[in-house]
Amino acid sequence: MNTVTPPLVSFRAEATASEKRMALSRSIPLFLMVGPVILWLLIFVAAPLVYILVISFMKKGTYGGVVASLNFQNYLRIYDPLYLKIFFVSIVIALATTVLCLVLGYPFAYIIARARDRNKSILLSLIMLPFWTNSLIRTYGWIILLRTNGTFNTLLQSTHLVFRPLQMLYTNGAVMVGMVYTLFPFMVLPLYSSIEKLDRSLLEAANDLGAKPRRAFWRVTLPLTVPGVFAGCIQVFIPTLGYFFISDLLGGGNSVLVGNLIRNQFLAARDWPFGAALSILLIVFTIVLMRVYKHFGGSLENIT
Amino acid sequence: MAQVSDKVMVELRNVDKFYGANKVVKNLNLQIREGEFLTMLGPSGCGKTTTLRMIAGFEAVTSGAVIIEGENVGNKAPYQRNVNTVFQNYALFPHMNVYDNIAFGLTEKKVKKEEIRQRVGEMLSLVQMDGYEKRMPSQLSGGQKQRVAIARALVNRPKVLLLDEPLGALDLKLRKQMQVELKHLQRQLGITFVYVTHDQEESLTMSDRIAVMNNGILEQIGPPDKIYNQPATKFVADFIGESNILEASVGSVDGDSLNVIFETGSAEVSAAGFSQDEMVYISVRPEKLKCSAAAVPGFNLRGTVKEHIYVGSIIKTIIELPNGQDLKMSLLAGTPLIAPGEVVWVYWEKDGTVVLHTHEETLYNLIEQVPKIEVSV
Repeated sequence: MNTVTPPLVSFRAEATASEKRMALSRSIPLFLMVGPVILWLLIFVAAPLVYILVISFMKKGTYGGVVASLNFQNYLRIYDPLYLKIFFVSIVIALATTVLCLVLGYPFAYIIARARDRNKSILLSLIMLPFWTNSLIRTYGWIILLRTNGTFNTLLQSTHLVFRPLQMLYTNGAVMVGMVYTLFPFMVLPLYSSIEKLDRSLLEAANDLGAKPRRAFWRVTLPLTVPGVFAGCIQVFIPTLGYFFISDLLGGGNSVLVGNLIRNQFLAARDWPFGAALSILLIVFTIVLMRVYKHFGGSLENIT
Repeated sequence: MAQVSDKVMVELRNVDKFYGANKVVKNLNLQIREGEFLTMLGPSGCGKTTTLRMIAGFEAVTSGAVIIEGENVGNKAPYQRNVNTVFQNYALFPHMNVYDNIAFGLTEKKVKKEEIRQRVGEMLSLVQMDGYEKRMPSQLSGGQKQRVAIARALVNRPKVLLLDEPLGALDLKLRKQMQVELKHLQRQLGITFVYVTHDQEESLTMSDRIAVMNNGILEQIGPPDKIYNQPATKFVADFIGESNILEASVGSVDGDSLNVIFETGSAEVSAAGFSQDEMVYISVRPEKLKCSAAAVPGFNLRGTVKEHIYVGSIIKTIIELPNGQDLKMSLLAGTPLIAPGEVVWVYWEKDGTVVLHTHEETLYNLIEQVPKIEVSV
């Protein structure tokens, strides 16, 4: 036994030493890896948010700037019918954009998901390709198409469908066209991935049990792709509230959305506290929406 | 208890199925009778699943006719055919509970709520799943999903139930149990079952008749004992159970008795319809193969005992012929064994052999070999 014991002990000692080394080597990179990320988040996300939150409770100085004094005036101001109307219009336009994107996007996503592999990648890249161009430039493109002497009006007049150019640019309709165009991929991609994931034998089973293709769509395909519908709607609805450059360019002064209002408070009116209060409200609204989505998405995931 | 009738329920007439240049099913002719349990058996890619899917209506035939109850259903969609399918992966609707899954077909047919409740209830007790109405498919075990899938199909009272490897995903013990249950269910209901499997043991256990397919061709169709004891082709002899297949040429013909000459010996076998100098295959089941220390009249074939393999109740003995071919012999455990290395005389029970023409094989090789592609469901 004596001859056996010493190597065993030394083996044990070595093991504990290597364990210690492992523990050390585990803790150092953890700190090194997470540290910079936390720092980055603190500087670029947390700090500005806290800053916005703090000044939303302050007062505007006479010549711009911020005067420190705790009050809720900025939040109460939002109850002004003028601002409430802007919120209302924004939500209506965002809802309409979302519904339009969904109605156009679902068949599109369905066709891509059911296409042959080769065509699939072509169709997907057609969706993605415009994304590699600046969205501002693409929105300018719509101005050329929609303006009084633009492409559409020229075309309509030359074919004698209309006698006088139509007012298309600088309307809520133009804003919606721009929004739908810009946010369409955000709807199509989540829909595509949920339709693609759908097990085709489920549709065969539905057919087998007497359901015609249309019935099978309503009873099987649509319910099982609801998570994709939710994800797409959220990803279209939320940006629509904030994309001020689209309503600026295509809506002119006629269309003021929440995004424009906030931008104007910060840049034109120099009323940072009010702009901050509006931003906080928008953030809270977004968080609530995400919560609702997560609630539904979560329970849906449990089912599937 | 229903019996198999003479009425033809499903008929495939000259059915071809090509995917481009891939000939998946070639000139298939098959009649399935009312109340029959027919198994389509074959290796992966033999066209059995495609055949099932053509009966269900998920695949169109390239040419030929699918006839159900005397009616050509070639142009009919799956929802217009009076057949139902149990899918390989069950294909239960994940967003519906057990009750709604089973009721799916009846609600599509606009059956009254009260009748649906009653019929779903009957089905649940038939498959022994009472009390599981509210469960979601994700909360069920494989065997339970299987039962729900069967109930979902049977509740529609189909003329024919199509089953595509329904037990493939279950463990061995549960599979054996479900085999017996399915067989009983089929007998009890008297519905025609068309069952696809690659498991030859399963097919022998359950079927009234087995249709053996290979490379898109129907090799043989018949009752299990006939398929096992009188395989029509080398493929069937090889695929169903274990077989020793020896190449031989016919030395002389004397009535129903042939003298066949192997590379390393000769034997007397009884078979009709063969001519002198013809090349043949001799197929011998391992349980029919014997060996002895002394020569046996009618046999002149020697080999060396190589090894013994214990397989529970039986022992497999491998005997090597002088040309290197291994023969398998199975003995009941407890039989005295011959020590490895000993040279023995090999023979077999007279009724234990099947003599097969080789020209069927050549014919079969002349037809282009189909790439092994199983169409996934």
